[in-house]
Amino acid sequence: MSHPSTYKPAAGFAKWLDDRLPIVRLAHDSFVDFPTPKNLNYWYTFGGILAICLVIQIITGVILAMHYVPHTSMAFNSVEHIMRDVNYGWLMRYVHANGASMFFLAVYIHMFRGVYYGSYKEPREVLWMLGVVIYLLMMATAFMGYVLPWGQMSYWGATVITNLFSAIPLVGEDIRTLLWGGFSVDNPTLNRFYSLHYLLPFAIAGVVMLHIWALHIPGNANPTGVEVKDVKKDTVPFHPYYTVKDGFAIVVFLILFAAFVFFNPNGLGHPDNYIEANPLSTPASIVPEWYYLPFYAILRAITFDIGPISSKLGGVMAMFGSILVLFVLPWLDTSKVRSMRYRPAAKMFFFIFIAACLVLGYLGGKPAEGSYVFYAQIATAYYFSFFLIILPLLGFMETPKPLPRSIAESVLKTPKAGEAAHNAPAQ
Amino acid sequence: MRRRNRGKGMTPMIMIRTLMLAAIVGLVGVTGATASGGGAEKPKHGHWHFAGPFGTYDKDALQRGYQVYETVCASCHGLEQVSFRNLGQKGGPFHLDSCPAGIPDTVDCANPNQNPVVKALAAQYRFQIVDGPDDSGDMYERAALPSDPIPGPFANEVIARLANNNALPPDLSLITKARHHGPDYVFSLLVGYEETPATIEISPGQYYNPYFHGDMSQALRPEFLDAHGHPLEGVEVPLGGVLAMAPPLFDGLIEYADGSPATVEQYAADVTEFLMWAAEPKLEARKSLGVMSLIYLIILAGLLYWSYRKVWSDQH
Repeated sequence: MSHPSTYKPAAGFAKWLDDRLPIVRLAHDSFVDFPTPKNLNYWYTFGGILAICLVIQIITGVILAMHYVPHTSMAFNSVEHIMRDVNYGWLMRYVHANGASMFFLAVYIHMFRGVYYGSYKEPREVLWMLGVVIYLLMMATAFMGYVLPWGQMSYWGATVITNLFSAIPLVGEDIRTLLWGGFSVDNPTLNRFYSLHYLLPFAIAGVVMLHIWALHIPGNANPTGVEVKDVKKDTVPFHPYYTVKDGFAIVVFLILFAAFVFFNPNGLGHPDNYIEANPLSTPASIVPEWYYLPFYAILRAITFDIGPISSKLGGVMAMFGSILVLFVLPWLDTSKVRSMRYRPAAKMFFFIFIAACLVLGYLGGKPAEGSYVFYAQIATAYYFSFFLIILPLLGFMETPKPLPRSIAESVLKTPKAGEAAHNAPAQ
Repeated sequence: MRRRNRGKGMTPMIMIRTLMLAAIVGLVGVTGATASGGGAEKPKHGHWHFAGPFGTYDKDALQRGYQVYETVCASCHGLEQVSFRNLGQKGGPFHLDSCPAGIPDTVDCANPNQNPVVKALAAQYRFQIVDGPDDSGDMYERAALPSDPIPGPFANEVIARLANNNALPPDLSLITKARHHGPDYVFSLLVGYEETPATIEISPGQYYNPYFHGDMSQALRPEFLDAHGHPLEGVEVPLGGVLAMAPPLFDGLIEYADGSPATVEQYAADVTEFLMWAAEPKLEARKSLGVMSLIYLIILAGLLYWSYRKVWSDQH
């Protein structure tokens, strides 16, 4: 939270610099002496984990770019060159490919945590919306990165997704042509995707800075949803308390990361991407990476026309709508109570919501036929109802449990059995 | 190990085998399981030397597998991502730590480009390298060097299809990573050829294999169909599919120098091991670095957890 600076530059150069560019002061006030609620549990470590993910992706990506060739006739072979002949090229590529999955795993946990604890509520709406912008940029970046190896799934995934834009009335066809740089997915497409895939991560890094800035104005939310009342009693300095806790969580996360990179590096990929792209041969099934599957299921769940809206356009609208709805979430949730820890009904609907997302993820990987479509429609309906009906109404209908008077009180109180599950890693 | 330089010519026998192999891989790529009557037998689960977190390649199996590839598969299938020098690199089938007796001191046999076995394999390979243009502007053929990629059987896709009844034999460099359960799949396909089931009819030049993905409901003989074209009651659509590769291996086809059994199972297991190496030559380096990384990370996590408890102890 905003707080008076406690940075005291030592004499000499530090003081000289502080008078001209107080960058050390900024870092000190943001990451050393920053007052942080003392009751943050391990779900709150994923912000730090995500920062590490972004850094890993950028470093490995820059190195891969030194060896990769963005041309339809050479891209696939240049990736194999990286895997076989570049020193530790296999490591760079496997870290980068699995890093994307780890990044999304962490961002989904981070977002679900935000929903559960009501982190998006006043005064943190802008913080939340910047997060949604980061997530959208991540989706675009990962999609374009997946096209670069120019395997079968790269090519056909690019074809399916770019074709979605043609569903937009009036300008859709032109947008698609612009994305392609021609009249099909081809070398110009690969070149512009490569260029943007290199650019967007730095845009993400920029928005991440805004995200952290917007976090540091009101300060962290916390599992109780009760704001800090007494900085002395309710908070601890970020360093060393949260540097060590986040550091521990980051290393545990890296263990999972390393397990995939070193022992199952292709487990999250699709075998078809080890076949070079062939515009004349469509794979038996075109499946996106796992982190897009819920949205892919929503896209394909709209199998019916709604008035003038064709099923194709309806699917595209539902898919983009499912993310855009997150932007207005702070105003859709009418409850005054932040944390679902004290909202028994909301908590139940939240866990059903997680189940619906997992079901959509499962169905996104299945062929769009028979009962799969029906279940995807049910889950899609729940997805939108959760945001558009349940959360708005619940604020008026639900009776929340009593809130602790302060963060300090909630920490000193022994957690009840029911709370222990969420609270276990907390202090 | 027997080596013959057959040059670019192909005997009818090799062409037939090529055709079969080509079809296998080609059709795998384009045919997928469909919802009705599709699917294939689950691949047999092999006990691979390279499986598991500490798995490594069995060097003898890699050498035998190379022999199977070179004698049989190479008639139709290329290995374009692999160069001869790769055979002699660390972890490769013919890597040498030190030179065998009789080689001059000036030779560094650990260097794949100087490895005498690799040099001989390249020089005697069944296909030659097209190089050039020479001083008079002509392309010419020459024996391969360790630095050359392993030459494939066909100059281009059109020739490959002409030689293979219009099927395209896929390159095998990545085949074990380009299929679900790749090694199990390749092995199962090679040993899994069966008599065509009585209920289905397939065209000449096609071979039934229960492990190949396909849809046999369209191949049911008319006497097993009702008036609407659906299978009669009690008639089961066989799993699997058809491919243009005839069974490429048979017992006694290759004589192993190390006395390993000359059986289809042995050949298939060896060539699968070799193809896994060809697709993932850095597997051993990856796993050993992985073990060290995990040990490091787990110790670091322990230290950080201890620090965390210590730092937070005044807050409890």
